[in-house]
Amino acid sequence: MFKIVKREEMSEGTVILNEIEAPLIAQKALPGQFVILKANEDGERIPLTMADTDPEKGTVTIIYMVVGKSTALFKELQVGDSFQDVIGPLGKATHLEKVGKVICVGGGTGVAVLHPITRGLKDAGNDVTCIIGARNKDLLIIEEQMKAASHDLRVCTDDGSYGHHGFVTEVMKEILDEGDTKLVVAIGPVPMMKAVSNITKEYDVETLVSLNPIMVDGTGMCGGCRVTIGGETKFACVDGPEFDGHKVDYDELMLRLNAYREEEQKSHDHYCTIRDAK
Amino acid sequence: MVEKAAKKTKTPRVAMPEQDPQIRARNFLEVPTGYTMKMAQEEASRCLQCRKPSCVAGCPVGVDIPGFIDLIAQGDMTGAIRNLWGKNALPAVCGRVCPQESQCEGLCIVGRKGEPVAVGNLERFCADYERENGTGELPPRGPLTGKKVAVVGAGPSGLTVAGDLIVKGHDVTIYEAFHKPGGVLVYGIPEFRLPKAIVAQEVNFLERQGVKVECNAVVGRTVSIDELFEQDYDAVYVGVGAGLPRFMNIPGENYVGILSANEYLTRANLMKAYKYPDVDTPIPIGKNVVVLGAGNVAMDSARTAMRLGAESVKIVYRRSREEMPARNAEIHHAEEEGIELFLLTNPTKYIGNEKGRLTGMECLRMELGEPDDSGRRRPVAIEGSEFEVDCDLCIVAVGSGANPLLTSETPDMELNRWGNVVTNEATGKTTKKGVWAGGDIVTGAATVILAMGAGREAADSIHDYLELGW
Repeated sequence: MFKIVKREEMSEGTVILNEIEAPLIAQKALPGQFVILKANEDGERIPLTMADTDPEKGTVTIIYMVVGKSTALFKELQVGDSFQDVIGPLGKATHLEKVGKVICVGGGTGVAVLHPITRGLKDAGNDVTCIIGARNKDLLIIEEQMKAASHDLRVCTDDGSYGHHGFVTEVMKEILDEGDTKLVVAIGPVPMMKAVSNITKEYDVETLVSLNPIMVDGTGMCGGCRVTIGGETKFACVDGPEFDGHKVDYDELMLRLNAYREEEQKSHDHYCTIRDAK
Repeated sequence: MVEKAAKKTKTPRVAMPEQDPQIRARNFLEVPTGYTMKMAQEEASRCLQCRKPSCVAGCPVGVDIPGFIDLIAQGDMTGAIRNLWGKNALPAVCGRVCPQESQCEGLCIVGRKGEPVAVGNLERFCADYERENGTGELPPRGPLTGKKVAVVGAGPSGLTVAGDLIVKGHDVTIYEAFHKPGGVLVYGIPEFRLPKAIVAQEVNFLERQGVKVECNAVVGRTVSIDELFEQDYDAVYVGVGAGLPRFMNIPGENYVGILSANEYLTRANLMKAYKYPDVDTPIPIGKNVVVLGAGNVAMDSARTAMRLGAESVKIVYRRSREEMPARNAEIHHAEEEGIELFLLTNPTKYIGNEKGRLTGMECLRMELGEPDDSGRRRPVAIEGSEFEVDCDLCIVAVGSGANPLLTSETPDMELNRWGNVVTNEATGKTTKKGVWAGGDIVTGAATVILAMGAGREAADSIHDYLELGW
């Protein structure tokens, strides 16, 4: 059992932070790696990239958006409750080295995944500008942490309620126009990563993205997380989750992410009916 | 004696009762329902009690077959299970999934003129009897040695190693990457062929003897083999299985609706998706299902799809019936349940719609040419024979390669060019000191019992190493 020691609600309760006791994972995990969590006996195995780890305390932190039945079930778990299973660290760690000027772009809960990578890039001696975005001010997450993890934080909101009025890509373009950018790391919704990659391709700037396709085991055994990278099939769980953003077939990824949409909707409705009846 | 033998040969084998095909094709309950005590004793009495039993030579773990069968005939069920446990830690599993027809039963003298003694059915009966009516008494354990062994992977070979070493007095911990122990017995083989409660019981039997099981431990990620040695383990056994699904590498393979058999069966079995939405893991329900491949895993996938409500399930295989690698009994069961065989048929591409979902498959008819490297006649495409098969779900069951997750993190353990671990054939020793390996990660995808046989040999070698230093 893996006990929750800290819990926060963000983004009007649609995004949840859990700090979980998992000492073996906390000691081993590196930026960019993920864990698989399962709430209870009949639960689904859900992969989530870690937002933070504390090897001394023996904890890992995840931040997830409540989107379906499984995450709705996760949301029910309070401090002191436990996940039945947490498996990891899985996937390859981010290759962190000094390259010079770096832009880290995050959207939605992708900002959480971006957090340890941004900090790692800063610690490696890079000049890190971070751009994070959300639909409005209330949906922004971990702004303070991202500020501390980077040299310069830019915030964008779609409705202009805070920071730059517009998309993260607009701010990124301005910085790219200044020149010298050596690396862009983009993590967020697939359309955002696609848009970022399309722009950085024009500027010929190396771009890393982190993918979160549907998976079961997370160890290369099922092949459910197949993604096409430069025309070749890769397994995101063991070959990734990070890939060259310019080579990812984002359209295929979006279609594959919808594989169980109907089933998930049914399951979520079923769950809400039972929960609300109680 | 000769007369008696002739009589036994003529006595028909006691048939295993089974669920009716029409009914079972839509449920997940076990297909064969098991012998009664009377049936078991009647079948046991058919055994000739050969002085030099050839059946035993056909068993990868050397079960004393005439011995346990004689004890059943005498009604000594405690003696019979004890005898079995002496050589086989998982009799309830082996009685169900071993290919007896090509092992013990294939060599049975009674089988030369009539039907062989039903060794598998009797083994299964013996284990089930102990589980349901037995004393629950554990086999005796040797004096504690104080030596620690880590077993990586809780599949058939790892469980065998653990069972053998615990009775020899060693301290054994199994590390399992999944959240449940059993390996292919829980994620791969379906409930209707091997009920999961039985696997759980076999694992529990080991735990009661003192074996520790650590789930959610991905060796190579959560902990490395070298770190296990740092934690004072004296020996490590690697039995992680094959675990890397092969695909066809034909156009359109990433359409939604194409799954590896590993994924499909893991969802259905380990995650119990056949109970969805009462459990949370979904599984695609196909209307017209195609399964590629013709081994036991393909049969399991096809029969699962039928049980989940498919209107049609087709096995598409490029060779002929004779070359199908699945057990005859499995092919027979599948056909009885309404699964069609599309033989001498090879898929060339998948067809999908604008939503990226699978709608069909283009196939070519094949004919058999000259024998290839495997000794089987090579299938050759018949030009211009393209045709389309409608399907909304395709399960790819064309074999598994070696999963590199652990081996790539263990550079001083030698691999062959396919990524399988190189071992000494007799002992299972790898090139890394103190590390043994066996099962599918060594041989490539094979059977449960071969993995168990490799585990048995490695356990003997590990015991020698711990006790004698070699």
